Amino acid sequence: MSTFWTIWISVISLGTLAGCYFLLRWCLSNQTGVKEGEPMDHEFDGIVEINNQLPRWWTIMFYATFVWGLIYFALYPGLGSFPGLLGWKSSNQGILSLEESKAAVIAAKEQGLVVEYDRQVEQANELYGPIFAAYARQDIASLATNDEALKVGQRLFIQNCSQCHGSDARGGNGFPNLTDNDWLYGGETSQIKTTILHGRKGAMPAWGASLGEQGVKEVVAYALSLSGRKVDPIVAEKGQARFAVCGACHTPAGTGNIAMGAPNLTDNIWLYGGSERALVETVTHGRNGVMPAWKDILGEEKVHVISAYVYSLSLDK
Amino acid sequence: MSETSQVHPQYNYKVVQQFSVMAVIWGIVGMSIGVLIAAQLIWPELNFNTPWLTYSRLRPLHTNAVIFAFGGCALFATSYYVVQRTSHVKLFSDKLAAFTFWGWQAVIVAAIITLPLGLTSSKEYAELEWPIDILIALVWIAYLINFFGTIIVRKVSHIYVANWFYGAFIITVAVLHIGNSMVIPISMTKSYSIYAGSVDAMMQWWYGHNAVGFFLTAGFLGMMYYFIPKQAERPVYSYRLSVVHFWALISLYIWAGPHHLHYTALPDWVQSVGMVMSVVLFVPSWGGMINGIMTLSGAWHKLRSDPILRFLIVSLSFYGMSTFEGPMMAIKTVNALSHYTDWTIGHVHSGALGWVAMVSIGSLYHLIPILFGKARMYSNHLINVHFWLATIGVVLYIVAMWISGVMQGLMWRAVNSDGTLTYSFVESLEASYPFYFVRFIGGCFVVTGMLIMAYNCYRTIFGKEEHLQVESQPQPQAA
Repeated sequence: MSTFWTIWISVISLGTLAGCYFLLRWCLSNQTGVKEGEPMDHEFDGIVEINNQLPRWWTIMFYATFVWGLIYFALYPGLGSFPGLLGWKSSNQGILSLEESKAAVIAAKEQGLVVEYDRQVEQANELYGPIFAAYARQDIASLATNDEALKVGQRLFIQNCSQCHGSDARGGNGFPNLTDNDWLYGGETSQIKTTILHGRKGAMPAWGASLGEQGVKEVVAYALSLSGRKVDPIVAEKGQARFAVCGACHTPAGTGNIAMGAPNLTDNIWLYGGSERALVETVTHGRNGVMPAWKDILGEEKVHVISAYVYSLSLDK
Repeated sequence: MSETSQVHPQYNYKVVQQFSVMAVIWGIVGMSIGVLIAAQLIWPELNFNTPWLTYSRLRPLHTNAVIFAFGGCALFATSYYVVQRTSHVKLFSDKLAAFTFWGWQAVIVAAIITLPLGLTSSKEYAELEWPIDILIALVWIAYLINFFGTIIVRKVSHIYVANWFYGAFIITVAVLHIGNSMVIPISMTKSYSIYAGSVDAMMQWWYGHNAVGFFLTAGFLGMMYYFIPKQAERPVYSYRLSVVHFWALISLYIWAGPHHLHYTALPDWVQSVGMVMSVVLFVPSWGGMINGIMTLSGAWHKLRSDPILRFLIVSLSFYGMSTFEGPMMAIKTVNALSHYTDWTIGHVHSGALGWVAMVSIGSLYHLIPILFGKARMYSNHLINVHFWLATIGVVLYIVAMWISGVMQGLMWRAVNSDGTLTYSFVESLEASYPFYFVRFIGGCFVVTGMLIMAYNCYRTIFGKEEHLQVESQPQPQAA
């Protein structure tokens, strides 16, 4: 903020308070030309106003808020770029990237600033860090049998994951069910953890233009037949001839490929709906699924505990 | 004061009559929609799977209807009445007055059509799209010219304090509305704000808080300054108090917007300035309450027999309560608990139902017999019933929202020994249901009161004059 704006802000904020103060002083002395307690010399539609003194308790309250306001402006940021005597900030504002944020935390510490957000994060890390550090030393499979760890994992899941995957982790249209032991990117403990840490981007290309309406129908019929669904066998047969291009990702047998997150088409579990209509939509227009990366948001240790919780959901089956 | 009960041929009472009647009607409409959406929060099926009956579309209709249709009509009615009577002169222009009435009704009807259709600018309390915004600006400028025109041609030397408040309200709302509604239209029904990011948020809450400060506070203080001394037949307590609290109130209120954006991307310095000004504002806000309540000194006994005065004085108590609560909630530490909870909803309604609605209702009860040439309202008893329904309704509403709000704030911040949150959002919602029900009941009380008011007004306006004589001392019974 330039010096001009700092002066501008300071002058009008302090000026408003000063204006109110002098107004109060002016009204406390009787400038009306009418004796105190007497009616003013004007009348409106039968209404008269008395020239009474301001209530004392109210006046004192007014002074008290002025004093408090000035103290606050002295201690905290308020008057333009003046940082306040306490060196307090709510957060490192104006940050545009994670790297800038990390650098700002260190810089603020070196300058002796009190950054409220950083302080609270630090306190939380000190208090709760050891709990998660202890969990991080155990492998995920054994954590998945530790009831205490699972409770913690479930709470983290509900706060961070349930928005998409549901509070029962059964997912929804476009969001995988995490309880059915069917895994797009693999269900080994390390695979689950990788998925959560780094996120995933699943892309199904749009085939509508190259296959045409009839072609899409045929492919869909064949895909449905793979999981034993009832379809017109002649249409499905035509679809099988076109399936080679799909097999590149889904494998020729249609069993999917966890290396690219290509779903298994033979298990009758459908991420975007299993009706013929939904499949036509999927094949025609393609799909894009995004699982965000949580490493920088939650940190690896918490992801470790969430991984154990997610892993445990399929263990029960 | 027998002269007040006669129709003054030299004053324009027609526009006051029109706005007064519409205030009652829009009050019923707006508050009923409020009750419906309160019920939807308990029984979501009440949106009947119909897009335009969903909460998201009716909620802005509710706020617009109660603030701008009910509150707006009450302000137009009383300001046109008060400015004529205290300036001892007829309105500056009858044509402009008629334009403001029909123009304002057109705005309300447009809101009733467009908001349920889902057409919205998405700015709270400024949802209407740009063609309607332009009509609002035109009506408002006509109002401004008419009001100040009347002040300029006044027949008394001074300007009465009620007109200071009405005047400040009219000028500032024009500035706020035009400032916040600056958009780039892309079609007749869609536009984008010319402001971006946190500047847009700041503009919105500069507007939003001053819609509270100038529309819902300054305007209604104008109402209070005329109708309380008039109904109580007492002089205003302190002229000097009115001077200091007027200037301090209008100069501090305009700063208070940032307290809606505590702990957001808004720079720290703006949050601090907004918070300091909000806290200092507490004192001049109370100046109005003191001046109104002390006006009654020496006439307290009138509260026992006059339910209209009771409406006016209780409205000031709610005003005092919410203007204490507001600055307190503007303190960042308190705001950390209260923000985004039902506490805010409770606070708004203690202001809107307790202060704004009750002072308007009291003033309308004073006004309607005078406007229609009757000596009194049809039934004093029904005014009293309305008073109790309104008071109980408001208390149920705000107490329910206080408890639910503080509970939500505490649940959202509760953490387990491992630092994870104790409750999910859904659990706090589930815990709020009983209070949503109490709020719904409170709303039903308030709407019932309004329906009784409509009946009472109907019987007053269309009643025969000889049936509406002032109730004199009990007559000796014929032997």
